[in-house]
Amino acid sequence: MSNILVNAPKTAKRGEVVEIKALILHPMETGFRPGPNGRIIPRNIIERFTATWNGAEIFAIEMSPAIAANPFVSFFARADESGTVILRWTGDEGFAVEERVAIAVE
Amino acid sequence: MDRRLFLAGTAAVIVLPLAPAGATQEAMAEAIRKVVGTATPTEGRVTLDVPPLVENGNTVPLTVTVESPMTAADHVKAIHVFNEKNPQPNVFSARLGPRSGKAIVGTRIKLGDSQRIVAIAETSDGKFWMAGADVIVTLAACLEEST
Amino acid sequence: MSARILCLGLVLVFAASYAMAQVGGEKRRSGYQDMGEALQKMQDDDTANPGMLFVQLGGQLWAKPAGAENKSCADCHGAAANSMKGVATRYPAIPHGADRPVDLEGRINLCRTENQKAERLPPENRDLLALEAYVAHQSRGMPIAPPYGPLLDAFRAQGEGIYRRRQGQLNLSCAICHDDNAGKKLAGIAIPEAHPTGYPIYRLEWQTLGSLKRRLRNCLVGIRAEAWPLDAPEYVALELYLMERAKGLPLETPAVRP
Repeated sequence: MSNILVNAPKTAKRGEVVEIKALILHPMETGFRPGPNGRIIPRNIIERFTATWNGAEIFAIEMSPAIAANPFVSFFARADESGTVILRWTGDEGFAVEERVAIAVE
Repeated sequence: MDRRLFLAGTAAVIVLPLAPAGATQEAMAEAIRKVVGTATPTEGRVTLDVPPLVENGNTVPLTVTVESPMTAADHVKAIHVFNEKNPQPNVFSARLGPRSGKAIVGTRIKLGDSQRIVAIAETSDGKFWMAGADVIVTLAACLEEST
Repeated sequence: MSARILCLGLVLVFAASYAMAQVGGEKRRSGYQDMGEALQKMQDDDTANPGMLFVQLGGQLWAKPAGAENKSCADCHGAAANSMKGVATRYPAIPHGADRPVDLEGRINLCRTENQKAERLPPENRDLLALEAYVAHQSRGMPIAPPYGPLLDAFRAQGEGIYRRRQGQLNLSCAICHDDNAGKKLAGIAIPEAHPTGYPIYRLEWQTLGSLKRRLRNCLVGIRAEAWPLDAPEYVALELYLMERAKGLPLETPAVRP
């Protein structure tokens, strides 16, 4: 089951700058917080989010425990050619999730 | 003698609670140095959009906007955000390029306490630009039994 | 002369702000109106509202077979956009043939045990909250419209009694904070009027979606009262009264709150 919400336009004019927004379900456990038993809950965060457009990286962000739970990221990209935007989240405990969005450039 | 001891004791009490905050301010300065090296960031070009009064520090919307034509010759390469009082000074580092079109990054952050946030942008000419914002974090009133 | 102009100006400003406050004649305030602009925007934008992650999950669960009957919600109810539209505005309600009201999550669990032959989902379970959010989301923007009847009204009256009863070490009632002192500040935050317009809500304090029951428990802890067990009928009675108080206000599910 997908726990990702992506907002990107389906079509864009050539050269248009479009906004891409992405939200993912993830606890972003800081590793600084004690649990109910008094022990520190181990860190479990998304460390990195990247976006590629037809394979070329257009945006990347390194996250810290200071990013809120269920991380939200918004950024912009210039639509040069039709293609696939791949959004990728990776992090602690082997977390690796991908979401693909097709954008048609007219 | 007794009075002097008392005064010394009072001074210690007053200074102690401030010490950790000073230490993390230093940690933020150190984290910024790691990014800018020997360069000195210039105030300007960067807009740090964050509510001045935060209703809950667990999720604070934050947007950084940098004035830039975002061309191959003149663009923003990176945007970094730092904080003073969280356990770690780094919040995020974003990498951008001419394909970004606009140098705007939005996310949501956690703030453990009222503090100063700093955003630094690195442009393709190797210069650094910055903006800061002071945020007041209020506490929610009715919480869980475990906290 | 200038004093007269000033007076006239003040009257105009007062009249304008009074008119603005009376738009639609609605004086009650949803907690939404007490939030800052940043949080209002977070709730309004469906791709920025973290509660929508759970609504999406609920939509997937709606179509997924469960239990010994291997039936999905959709197998009986079809498209939720039609069958569930307005349903959440009428809960809590008394199920056909029952002698006591259930809240929306109670209704979902009844469907699971009776029709799907599946296990009850425990309180604050992610899938239960997601299903509840998905169902309630189908009524977003619709006015709260509680049902009536002698039995239901009796439970609602019991709920009002709880609302007005002082309890806990701080010896406060719900009414003292949310009627008498609503709009004033507590720990820097405006005390809301306590209209349950957006449940389940994404509470930033929780960093996840949670039920009205969980929120009421936070209130009980706040006034240092002992929270009722999670399956206590008090929560449903109180919700009945709160929904009556909020009658006509639009549902916002999934709401964002601090």
